[in-house]
Amino acid sequence: MAKKIGIEVSLAISEAVKLADVDAIAAYPITPQTHIVEHLSELVADGDLNAEFIPVESEHSAMSVCAGTSAAGARTYTATSSQGLALMNEILFIIPALRLPIVMTLANRALSGPISIWNDHSDLMSVRDTGWIAMFAENGQEAFDLTLQSFKIAEDHRVMLPISVNIDGFTLSHVIEPHEFLSQEEVDQFLPTYDPLIQLNPDKPVSMGIVGIPEIYFEAKKAQDVALIESKEVIKEVFKDFGDRFGRYYKVIESYRTEDAETVLLTMGSIGETAMEAIDIMKDEQGKKVGLLRLRLWRPFPVQELREMVKGIKTLAVIDRAVSFGGTGGPVGGEIRSALYSTEDRPYVASFIAGLGGRDVTIQDFMDMVNLAEKMEAEQEVHEYKMIGVRE
Amino acid sequence: MAKNFSEMTWKEFGLAFMVTNPGCSAEYRTGDWRSQKPIIDKSKCIKCGICYLSCPDGAINLAADGTYDFDYDHCKGCGICATECWTGCISMVEEEK
Repeated sequence: MAKKIGIEVSLAISEAVKLADVDAIAAYPITPQTHIVEHLSELVADGDLNAEFIPVESEHSAMSVCAGTSAAGARTYTATSSQGLALMNEILFIIPALRLPIVMTLANRALSGPISIWNDHSDLMSVRDTGWIAMFAENGQEAFDLTLQSFKIAEDHRVMLPISVNIDGFTLSHVIEPHEFLSQEEVDQFLPTYDPLIQLNPDKPVSMGIVGIPEIYFEAKKAQDVALIESKEVIKEVFKDFGDRFGRYYKVIESYRTEDAETVLLTMGSIGETAMEAIDIMKDEQGKKVGLLRLRLWRPFPVQELREMVKGIKTLAVIDRAVSFGGTGGPVGGEIRSALYSTEDRPYVASFIAGLGGRDVTIQDFMDMVNLAEKMEAEQEVHEYKMIGVRE
Repeated sequence: MAKNFSEMTWKEFGLAFMVTNPGCSAEYRTGDWRSQKPIIDKSKCIKCGICYLSCPDGAINLAADGTYDFDYDHCKGCGICATECWTGCISMVEEEK
């Protein structure tokens, strides 16, 4: 294995995109995604990456260009954040419907207003139902690895769907971490050249994006939903292949010290690293029976794996980093309650919302959430959700 | 199209519901959308072709004698041909059910 190199996570992602030998990149710079596309534009300008870098006037155009290049058979990449993702919204729905395997890094940032450049998951949650595969990296190495694996998953002929690799803005994007890189030879062996199933080609014309009259629209949506659900098995297959080759194994839900755990925290993204510290302290110094689940795959939601992994757990404390205004919980909390409702002996689910707009979620916050969740479980408190770390 | 798509299940359509046989929209008969039907008085036709050029659906065909015929399987009855015709040889009549 190669030695570790200290590099900013954004640059490591760009290097992964270079190793994937993409054909086309269309992106508009937005904080905190900027360093990724800046570096890619340098790589293309310097001749280190043989790709079309297409500068555009907006994110709506960026995603539209990506649709075109991907439809023409080019391996296509983009990256954005927050308001940029919101501006892409219209096209985001069309990409999976056209079954275009675009890979996008989403440097998660809070949506305005108030204006915020800082991290939470409100941007991704606003596009939850667009039909993209969505996964989370917890650190730079995961971001590097998942970027490479995403091309292989997206372009698999059994999948043919776009993927967003989510990295927490600043917390990951702007942090220098040690990364273990892969060589071009290793990547080439792992990731074959993109072989489109159907593409825009004058020699063999097709019509993409046809009108869906009432007699076929419903069938189109059914086919799309099945494709997304069934992509999970390919995701697991690629995770295993990557692990067998390079020694770093990924799971759709990661667990940390859940053996004998009665109370388990569930996180998505980089706060999982802090949560692990809290679990260590509570287990080793306080003798508490706690553990951690990290949801890597958000869409398709790994419902069967979740049901399996929470068996025997008494209390599950779910931490959301977005609000579903006027709803019954955060997006993750609501999803998990829904997934477990029809199962027997399900754990008590405490739904917390924390860390909005870059607010720190500390080790003490996690310990407080464990204690609060246990108290709520003991009292079987009926609740929608509780905000942790907001000044009352 | 081999099978009427309103009878096909979601598994029978191709990837992303793409159309892989170009020109197949002609198989969709839009003539029954029509409430008014164009008819032509060929004695007044000067064979200028303005109706042919104006038709948004390509539903007007050149006849052997240089005049024009309507493709009633696809004509939606919009009436543009009748409006554009120089000599007024095309008129729109109510469809009889």
